[in-house]
Amino acid sequence: MPLKGELRDFSTTQLLNLINLAGKTGTLTIFKANKSGEFEEVNGKKREKITAGPERAKVSFRTGKLIYAMMDGQDGNLVSVLNKAGKLTDEQARIIRERAKNTTDKALALLLINANYVSQNDVVSCIQQHTLDVVYNLLSWNQEPFRFDDDVLPDNNRIQVPIDLENVIIEGARRIREIEELNQHLPNLDMALKFPENPKEKFKGIHLSVEEWRVVSFVNPKNSIRQIAKANNMSEIEIRRIVYGLEQAGLVELVKPPGMEQSVAAKTARRPAPAKPQVQKVVVNRLIDKIRSI
Amino acid sequence: MQTVKMVITGPFSAGKTEFIRSISEIEVVSTEREITTPAEKRQKDVTTVAMDFGRITVDDDLVLYLFGTPGQRRFDFMWEILAEGMLGFVVMVDSSKPETFREAKSILETFRAYAPTPYVVAANKQDHPDAWSAEDLRIALRIEEGVKLLPCVAKDKESVKNVLLELLYSILEEMDT
Ligand SMILES: Nc1nc2c(ncn2[C@@H]2O[C@H](COP(=O)(O)OP(=O)(O)O)[C@@H](O)[C@H]2O)c(=O)[nH]1
Ligand SMILES: [Mg+2]
Repeated sequence: MPLKGELRDFSTTQLLNLINLAGKTGTLTIFKANKSGEFEEVNGKKREKITAGPERAKVSFRTGKLIYAMMDGQDGNLVSVLNKAGKLTDEQARIIRERAKNTTDKALALLLINANYVSQNDVVSCIQQHTLDVVYNLLSWNQEPFRFDDDVLPDNNRIQVPIDLENVIIEGARRIREIEELNQHLPNLDMALKFPENPKEKFKGIHLSVEEWRVVSFVNPKNSIRQIAKANNMSEIEIRRIVYGLEQAGLVELVKPPGMEQSVAAKTARRPAPAKPQVQKVVVNRLIDKIRSI
Repeated sequence: MQTVKMVITGPFSAGKTEFIRSISEIEVVSTEREITTPAEKRQKDVTTVAMDFGRITVDDDLVLYLFGTPGQRRFDFMWEILAEGMLGFVVMVDSSKPETFREAKSILETFRAYAPTPYVVAANKQDHPDAWSAEDLRIALRIEEGVKLLPCVAKDKESVKNVLLELLYSILEEMDT
């Protein structure tokens, strides 16, 4: 069963996070959002229905790693990628395209490297950059219908350079401009942050910016996000963006600081606290027997 | 006679009524229906307490009530009242409608704040061709490892029984700690 949805409900960042955590293999296809003129009610609010238009982007993953991306017909073949990066001139690109029409990208890469046109490193980094450019672009899309098909992968002639999604997610969050979205995901700056169970493992191989490190150095269940922002002289937007990225990448978790728990307790104390049901085990066991027998 | 209750919550159209209907021994009293005209809407606001209500009689002195919460936010003043004294709760999610996941998570958090009772999440409509799998839902909704996330088809009595039993097992475990 393919995963289906719309980016306005489940964002590209959330999708990448899901694919990463579930270690998925397959291809994500994103379609043009066509307005239908019909309306639907979602969570009590009216909105226009969207239908899926033509394909606009495809991104493939192997065991949770990004391996291929294309957008709007630019399929990222080796020659055009090297050309775009300035490793091949337009003239060189034209000649190679003519002569190597039926050569796979993998074979072509070997030829170009052997002929000293480009280095192996050029090939890897140009393809990687192309893939990332497409994905970063996708992060700003916020309407389009999508579908994820398990186990569907691009043909094997492509050079696939696996890229860890954690860094992509963090970088993606850096690029998310919409304050609203950040507000929605992190409505309460009075929450605090803590590290996950196995922080060492999670932080391995992650490149944090100076700003991110400054936030990470204050991570403690006692410090509210607001306090961390103040200590670092950061605006609400800046701190939201950073915390959102760190959280999506699983590097920090949100917790209630001790003070907040108290104030919630104080609030509930004003009205009678919901009585814990006085139910005994024997009652629960009778319920279990009954339901089993239905 | 002792009565105990469980609450079935979740967004509008997640399958709460269907769930209760599948297992209740009485016809489910459902007051929630399509609101069409503005006049009806006005009327509904004043007169209706929209909720489902089902019953399972164990024997002469023990009855289990299942309450379905009204899915629409404007009835959420009812939630706290329903939550009081509940044995546990089920959060129903329509697995085929990602546009409701955020709302489902928010309802879950709200109920969790009312009472520290055990709960399970039911990934409903698993028979739907667009249903997200339970494993994907766990990540999408960020449900902690310790919380049961159960595939469910609310129309299927066996599936509903399984969800309620898993909730009861969690309640038993909680009593042991
Ligand atoms: N395919 C499928 N449809 C379901 C299932 N559960 C509920 N539905 C349908 O989803 C719609 C909403 O269900 P309902 O119980 O009224 O949702 P409520 O608003 O949460 O009470 C109805 O048309 C049900 O028949 C299920 O497990 N599978
Ligand atoms: Mg209902």
